Amino acid sequence: MPILKVNKLTKAFGGLMAVSNVNLELNQGELVGLIGPNGAGKTTVFNLLTGIYVPTSGTITLFQDNNQTQLQCLKPYTICKAGVARTFQNIRLFKDLTVLDNVRIAMHKNLDYGLFASLFHTKAYSEEENQLIEKSLELLKILKLHHKKDELARNLPYGEQRHLEIVRALAANPSLLLLDEPAAGMNPAETANLTEMIGWIRKNFNLTILLIEHDMSLVMKICERIYVLDYGMVIAEGTPSEIKANKRVIEAYLGEEVNHA
Amino acid sequence: MQKLLGSNFLKKAIFLAATFGLVQLLIVTGVINPFIMDTLTTICINIILAVSLNLITGFTGQFSLGHAGFMSIGAYTCTIITLRVPTTLGFITGLLAGAILAALVGAVVGLPTLRLRGDYLAIATLGMAEIIRIIFLNLDITNGAAGLFNNNQYVNWFWLFLFTAGTVVLISNFIKSSHGRACISIREDEIAAEAVGINSTKYKVTAFVMGAFFAGIAGSMHSSYFYFIKPDLFGFLKSINILVIVVFGGLGSISGSIIAAILLALISTSLQSIPELQMVIYAAMLITIMLFRPQGLMGSKELSLSLFKKWSSLIHRKNGGEA
Repeated sequence: MPILKVNKLTKAFGGLMAVSNVNLELNQGELVGLIGPNGAGKTTVFNLLTGIYVPTSGTITLFQDNNQTQLQCLKPYTICKAGVARTFQNIRLFKDLTVLDNVRIAMHKNLDYGLFASLFHTKAYSEEENQLIEKSLELLKILKLHHKKDELARNLPYGEQRHLEIVRALAANPSLLLLDEPAAGMNPAETANLTEMIGWIRKNFNLTILLIEHDMSLVMKICERIYVLDYGMVIAEGTPSEIKANKRVIEAYLGEEVNHA
Repeated sequence: MQKLLGSNFLKKAIFLAATFGLVQLLIVTGVINPFIMDTLTTICINIILAVSLNLITGFTGQFSLGHAGFMSIGAYTCTIITLRVPTTLGFITGLLAGAILAALVGAVVGLPTLRLRGDYLAIATLGMAEIIRIIFLNLDITNGAAGLFNNNQYVNWFWLFLFTAGTVVLISNFIKSSHGRACISIREDEIAAEAVGINSTKYKVTAFVMGAFFAGIAGSMHSSYFYFIKPDLFGFLKSINILVIVVFGGLGSISGSIIAAILLALISTSLQSIPELQMVIYAAMLITIMLFRPQGLMGSKELSLSLFKKWSSLIHRKNGGEA
């Protein structure tokens, strides 16, 4: 059963085709990798999926509980409300706010109390605020960040900042999670730890995950399917072992074999 | 009983009631003379203006140079209504009407301009305030450049205190709510805020409209206390003066805005005896303080009991070391 269908997605910046005619299909519960050399258009695809860029043409359809939503003309916050959350390649936390606030803000979209309650701190306010804190701490515990809840996000070490971004994305309660290079800048031990965690999150939160990653140890280990992007086009699609053996992929990464005749 | 006393709400209520009672007592006994009362009124009005601008600029991160425009809408509306209904009820009606009108203008102006960022927004809000000023300069009902004169002074310490404390309590409550955090997240990173489901336009406009509403209240009180208003009072310089208080106190600190409003009013009042050097000294002090504390007096922190404890323990340690 598909959860996301991307059909002939194209984005042109002036004369440059950053993404052209990309077709993707993610099934419910899958963990799919999106790889490709630098500048292949991976992050552009993410920005199109989350509404930061408006596609030049093509459609993005999200399927959920028997209804389908067209995402290509929606604003970022409505796409998030529809159930797509993401992390960023260059970490975009709310740096001067506490760890707890970072998570609480992502839960705001499901808030029930209104402006009046927030101005006068009514009973509804205090009840829901307590719930928010409780839920945030539960999420933070999963990534062992709960004891740092009052620290400013900017003061966390790099790895924990990446973890916090994942927690924040989870707090938005998505059904589809997009991870943009979650292992960037991590050492092998941290990457192995992260790999395990991503698998665990997928199972326990019942998520579908699409991830961009350069670290092949992570991609080959946990992704069930992989799309390979080069010059804005999908050049290959398949299981990790198929991708490893694919000639076009090797050419894209290493260049063509020269024939010494 | 212990629990009741410990609750934050009661502490705040006692503190506010005590402040009100103390000043009221000083007014009744004549310690606060009309001259000091003028300064006190300026302080209260500046607190409302600074705290409401801090909501827009300090917390939501939208640089606005048009706060005096909203203030003038409140001032004119309130004066026009009290001139026709010269009672306290007329004043309160005028004040609320002024605040609501300012908020409406805030919404009409905010919806298109809040798409702009940084300096562009500053220029747009500056233009808006100028347009408002020119309109008041040319209307018949506002009596053009000559301005309006209000015969009755309805603002007394009670109303001053009620609206100043009300503004501070409501805005700090808002900041501490999830809606307030949504505003702050826009200041921190608008793209990330949108990506976690915050409708940034909605919250920018909300903050802008709330700020305009309270600026309208401040304008109404100004017009009623100081009798006289004219378009020149609400020019570009007034907007800058409000911004100076906010930046001086610290962007994103409500207690900072309050302290700055008090300090700056006291400084400029005490310099009134040397009029030829007044602005020079005032400006030099601003430059000095900005050099040594560029983040403002309070930064983005709030004055709280725990901060006092920290200070007192520091002082204690110092004294202990000397002994």
